[in-house]
Amino acid sequence: MTKIIHCTVNGQETEVAIDIRESLADMLRQRLHLTSVKKGCEVGECGACTVLVDGEAIDSCIYLADWADGKHILTVEGLRGPNGELSPIQQAFIEEAAVQCGFCTPGIIMSAVEIVGSGKQYTRDEIRKLISGHLCRCTGYQNILNAVERAVNEAYQFLQQGEP
Amino acid sequence: MAIGKSMNRVDAYEKVTGQAQYTDDFFEGEMLTAKVLHSTIANGWVKKIDTSEAEKLPGVVKIVTCFDVPDIQFPTPGHPWSTEEAHQDVSDRKLLNQRVRLYGDDIAAVVALDSVAASRALKAIRVEYEEYLPLLSPEEAMAEGAPLMHEEYPGNILKHHTLIEGDYEKAASEDGLLFVEGDFQTQIVQHCHIEPPISYAYMKKDRITVVSSTQIPHIVRRVVGQALGIPWGHIRVIKPYIGGGFGNKQEVLYEPLNAFLSMQVGGRCVKLELTREETFICTRTRHAISFHETTGVRPDGRLVARRVKIVSNQGGYASHGHAIAANAANEFRHLYQADGALEVDVSTVYTSMASAGAMRAYGIPQAAFALESHMDDIALRLGMDPIELRKKNMMKLGYVDPGTGIACYSSGLEECIDRGMAYIHWAEKRKQYQNQTGPIRRGVGMSIFSYKTGVYPISLETASCRMVLNQDGTMQLQMGATEIGQGADTVFTQMAADSVGFLPENVHIVSFQDTDVTPFDTGAYASRQTYVSGMALKKTAGIFRERILDYASYMLQKPADSMDIRDSWIVCRETGEQLLGMDALAMESFYSLDNSVHITAEATNHCKSNTFAFGACFAEIEVDIPLGKIKVLDIINIHDSGVLINPKLAEAQVHGGMSMGLGYALGEQLLYDKKGKPLNNNFLDYKLQTSLDTPELHVDFVQTVDPSAPFGNKALGEPPAIPVAPAIRNALLHATGVAVNSLPLNPQKLVEAFTENGLLNGGALHV
Repeated sequence: MTKIIHCTVNGQETEVAIDIRESLADMLRQRLHLTSVKKGCEVGECGACTVLVDGEAIDSCIYLADWADGKHILTVEGLRGPNGELSPIQQAFIEEAAVQCGFCTPGIIMSAVEIVGSGKQYTRDEIRKLISGHLCRCTGYQNILNAVERAVNEAYQFLQQGEP
Repeated sequence: MAIGKSMNRVDAYEKVTGQAQYTDDFFEGEMLTAKVLHSTIANGWVKKIDTSEAEKLPGVVKIVTCFDVPDIQFPTPGHPWSTEEAHQDVSDRKLLNQRVRLYGDDIAAVVALDSVAASRALKAIRVEYEEYLPLLSPEEAMAEGAPLMHEEYPGNILKHHTLIEGDYEKAASEDGLLFVEGDFQTQIVQHCHIEPPISYAYMKKDRITVVSSTQIPHIVRRVVGQALGIPWGHIRVIKPYIGGGFGNKQEVLYEPLNAFLSMQVGGRCVKLELTREETFICTRTRHAISFHETTGVRPDGRLVARRVKIVSNQGGYASHGHAIAANAANEFRHLYQADGALEVDVSTVYTSMASAGAMRAYGIPQAAFALESHMDDIALRLGMDPIELRKKNMMKLGYVDPGTGIACYSSGLEECIDRGMAYIHWAEKRKQYQNQTGPIRRGVGMSIFSYKTGVYPISLETASCRMVLNQDGTMQLQMGATEIGQGADTVFTQMAADSVGFLPENVHIVSFQDTDVTPFDTGAYASRQTYVSGMALKKTAGIFRERILDYASYMLQKPADSMDIRDSWIVCRETGEQLLGMDALAMESFYSLDNSVHITAEATNHCKSNTFAFGACFAEIEVDIPLGKIKVLDIINIHDSGVLINPKLAEAQVHGGMSMGLGYALGEQLLYDKKGKPLNNNFLDYKLQTSLDTPELHVDFVQTVDPSAPFGNKALGEPPAIPVAPAIRNALLHATGVAVNSLPLNPQKLVEAFTENGLLNGGALHV
């Protein structure tokens, strides 16, 4: 059955016709061509399809598109600034060599957006736990941790400086 | 100089912004979905398939079964083709198979409007089988009366050979030798690239295009041609970005079927993507290999008489054939040289399990586990430090492999070991952790390896490159070699910048391969590309430079040999004075009314050399004896991969290999039930390393300059996965005195081993 839903995707109000059986991952990929949303298992095991729904990182492959009605969705395509500038998290992933094949990268970046967005300071071990829902076979997580840790610290310092 | 600098990856921007396109990210208008019906028995025959109910379902476009496909058996491995029949790969499967040789064999396929219709159709197909006994180990497969997996191979033995150096019996008769024996067994693991295998195919006029997530686009073209019996020039293969391969995509598994299905529906576009569950059981795995080693050693630690028996579990199809077990055998010859004899008896045996194929380091992680564990056992028996034993026997500079002629042109192995010892405080901790008691104990262990760079002289090594000057003085760089996540495009950019004299930002590499336009290269495998394809790049750069300087000579009226190219400028060779910008030269060369030349260069290099890379792993672990749990406290890999083109990417490559090695050591294993059905073919039950399972990974390099290499560089991609498991096993031996000789070293196994060895008694600590 087809249904029309309304949601805000990467800052833009969007009306989209969905099959009520389809996942949010399929909606984002097939209907909106937001192909940063990757599918590595389709059962919520690998984390490659992670997007933010109302600020919370979820596996979009096991989240029905229908549930996104009225919600705010953010994918990696929505992270760059108005003139195409990279977010500090994306920059950190590039400079820390946290990217190899790149297939798990967008999902982990979205979890990092949630982590960094909390404005909290985390230890390395806490970050290890926070990203443990993402599988990566290329990096051994070492440089991914470096990148997320750096982005967390940069954001935390920025917030500290902002306080009187 | 760009080489030696840690420049950022050239593809990182696209990958962090979602712009990088993988096979599933293209939309070609109508795309039909194909799904494969897999056998639900491990061994037998399909007697009958009834598709009548499935065909009635809405959305079903076409169903083909194993009774409908061409009667052509084809080879699947990503080897360079051999024009000599004796050296050709084994052709032992069809597009769909009536003879079922593993649980999950491909027996029918559905093309439908969407995946829901395709899945429903699969469920509605009725299959009748004649079932045979599943053969779940080489022993079962070689037993008398076992059903033959392939009629052409009696005893289910795909191939057997013996590697002989010297006279074992004579060497073994030397007085005063100590003999040490050991049995070692490795498990089945899977590559677990995060992007599942995927392709799509469509026809235009009489040509078929296949877009695929592959490491080897030019080989895919050849195999599709062979499998379908169509001229190779009618096939075009495109390789976009790929989400990891690790050897599993060095094989042509579903592209031929995908092309066939498109042809069956009038050339309409058909996409075929495997699920994760299918990926585990229907693609490739790492061979489970058993080793029996007997070594006669002098009291001073010199190896004299070595005998090894290797039996490799191939699974249902030959895949890379005997090549992987043969490579494992070679490691015994390469890493240590006996002062006497070495005899290795090697068999590859068909069973009815997942077919094993290429996986990062091609048989060497298995060999290293057996060989390096055995070395520690020998050292223990001799009362000698394991490192002293290794240094006495390991490959030295100048070694020449008597079988292949591959020579050791450079070796930093000894320094790798020395750095590892210093890092982990070897001498101190080996002493400190002796004679421990209590439930928690610590140990340090290590292992070493050697690894070849490419496949010469076993197979052809050929590579090509094309350079094209753009109007703005930048260049387009096209490689037949492929980027599969390892960073190939970035290091080729660095090599091209230095070899031509351009700034790296003025080199635009074309990441995708398209067999209609991409120069020929066999692809990403065997840690070959920086070496073999690097040679082609260097050769092409020489031609390209010469053509640019000739044009500069025409423009500036100076002899070409008085000038050079540096930082994208034509400069005076002597003084370095900048004479002409590359942009000005390029514009003139394109649009001159007197002398318009499109400056390009293309060359093939037939590589006829090989060289050894080396390395070591040192690990410190803590063992919880009642829990049977190993915690890695500290770990370092030290590599001699020659000159590093990009140190930061090299380090990242080592991280990934170490992580794969940790999974191999501690948890990963594909399990089967008694009927040959896989039990844990998903990411929930197959224990892939997560960030929580992975300790801090430390890396160091000893940069030798290899004289045979284009830039002093040697193999790096695969080696990091090799030494980790034996280093941890040896640390376990040091910590507990218990030698565990099979992988993985998981809690169930360790508790059993500790109980057998008297450390535990009914779960309680005994000593």
